[in-house]
Amino acid sequence: MPERERKQKPAPREREETVEEVSAPAKQGEKIKEELDDLLDEIDSVLETNAEEFVRSYVQKGGE
Amino acid sequence: MALPKIIGVETEYGVVLRGAPDPNPVLASSVLINAFVDRRKVGWDFDDEHPGHDARGFAREGAQPPDIETHLVNAVLTNGARYYVDHAHPEYSAPECSDALQCTMYDKAGERILARSMAAARNLIPQGQEVVTYKNNSDGKGNSYGCHENYLVDRATPFGSLVRHMTPFFVTRQIFCGAGKVGSENGAQRCDFQISQRADFFEEEVGLETTLKRPIINTRDEPHADPQKYRRLHVIVGDANLCEVSTFLKVGTTAIVLNMIEDDFFDREFVLTGPVPAMRSVSHDPTLRTVLGLADGTSATALELQWEYFRLARKYADERGHDASGGEAVGELVLTQWERVLTALESDPRQLDGVLDWVTKYQLLRNYVERDGLEWSDAKLALLDIQYHDVRPDKSIYEKLVRAGKIERLLDEDEVVVAMVEPPPTTRAYFRGKLLEKWPDSVVAANWDSVILDTGSDPLRRIPMMEPLRGTKIHTEALFRDCSTPRQLVEQLSS
Repeated sequence: MPERERKQKPAPREREETVEEVSAPAKQGEKIKEELDDLLDEIDSVLETNAEEFVRSYVQKGGE
Repeated sequence: MALPKIIGVETEYGVVLRGAPDPNPVLASSVLINAFVDRRKVGWDFDDEHPGHDARGFAREGAQPPDIETHLVNAVLTNGARYYVDHAHPEYSAPECSDALQCTMYDKAGERILARSMAAARNLIPQGQEVVTYKNNSDGKGNSYGCHENYLVDRATPFGSLVRHMTPFFVTRQIFCGAGKVGSENGAQRCDFQISQRADFFEEEVGLETTLKRPIINTRDEPHADPQKYRRLHVIVGDANLCEVSTFLKVGTTAIVLNMIEDDFFDREFVLTGPVPAMRSVSHDPTLRTVLGLADGTSATALELQWEYFRLARKYADERGHDASGGEAVGELVLTQWERVLTALESDPRQLDGVLDWVTKYQLLRNYVERDGLEWSDAKLALLDIQYHDVRPDKSIYEKLVRAGKIERLLDEDEVVVAMVEPPPTTRAYFRGKLLEKWPDSVVAANWDSVILDTGSDPLRRIPMMEPLRGTKIHTEALFRDCSTPRQLVEQLSS
């Protein structure tokens, strides 16, 4: 799961007070992104292995 | 007064026989049904099938009931459903339901029945092979299979009124009941992603066909009920849905609009200048900004037209109540959900991730595009599109999202499991299902509007069920309790 290793954004050093203000929502955003990554990884783990071959061979007869 | 809307949804599933040297979809479908119906099968009675009868008043020559081969695998289930092979697909026709929520439940029960069938089929096919089904409507290569809805409509309602008011409704309702699709097909303009699975396949405004030159309004006139009193509107424009809110709104809003037509409640009509191209242009625009031309020279977006239908439906419910729309609780839930999704679609459709199928699928695919840097033509996205609809619980992307808590549900799963075997108590499906449960060996054949019983002495007895609201639990519970043989039941019925 290579996508799990996320690069840490360099934290801005100056203007402490604005950092204070954005840190809570930013943290929440990080958490959401992390959860989403986990979900996509989990979906990847059940996906059919050869996408191209699978899609090519999925042929149905018309119905109704 | 509008008739209470009896609703039935029939779904053809995509089917694949994996690991077989020469995969035959008819065989694969048969295996599924045989695997599920472990007891003696009860056959379907084709005597009353007339798919060539046209609502415009004529019968097409040469139209026949389904191919003879399908007679081999055609089962009636104790929940009142019909489970059979149609063309080259397993089809689950849910029992007749009396409200949109019940209908959503029996549609979901169908998915569970298919899942159980696939598991049971493993014992019937060679090792290394697997039957897999998909609740979608297209293979992405120009082949489509349907999810049809059926609504009981008053015979006295002019068919022309149905065509006039339902056409713009069907063209625009896809914005909440589309199942989403990567790319386009059947000669439609190229696109990355579209709202509906089926929109590319509609080529006519009105007609009898269902397999080619598909019409927005299908004229099949086969009421499966008293033909003097009833019509069955056979709706073929819809997608098969997995999200319960999508299914619920698809049938719930359509039932209310039909009631307004029966009660002549429309104070204006919205005539699209080109309904067939509009089907596609609405589907091809997930931003919902496409403007549709109207015959009076004005124009409107699909969302604006849906707001018009909603406002009228709100007024209709306030003045006439919900008696014909499945009762107060369900009718109000339809209106609440309808208003809520239109509001969200207007401000930001992403709010409906986990609520509507097309939004959920689109959001998932966009997340992949962003994370993995994929082009929209990447096979992985097409795979995700198909596998979203995989019916196997461990492979279905939709079910994965349910387990992750990402999907808003309307149903109680315990009740869905019960609906796999118990019929809806409020329609004639109850009588059909309970007969099968109680005396499976005496039910020789059944169809929507009759059952044939072998009471142990000649001749076979046919019990007509021409009234969809007769044969309910209230009507027949005591009968089933008091009769110990089918012969007694027939005697009681004829006395």
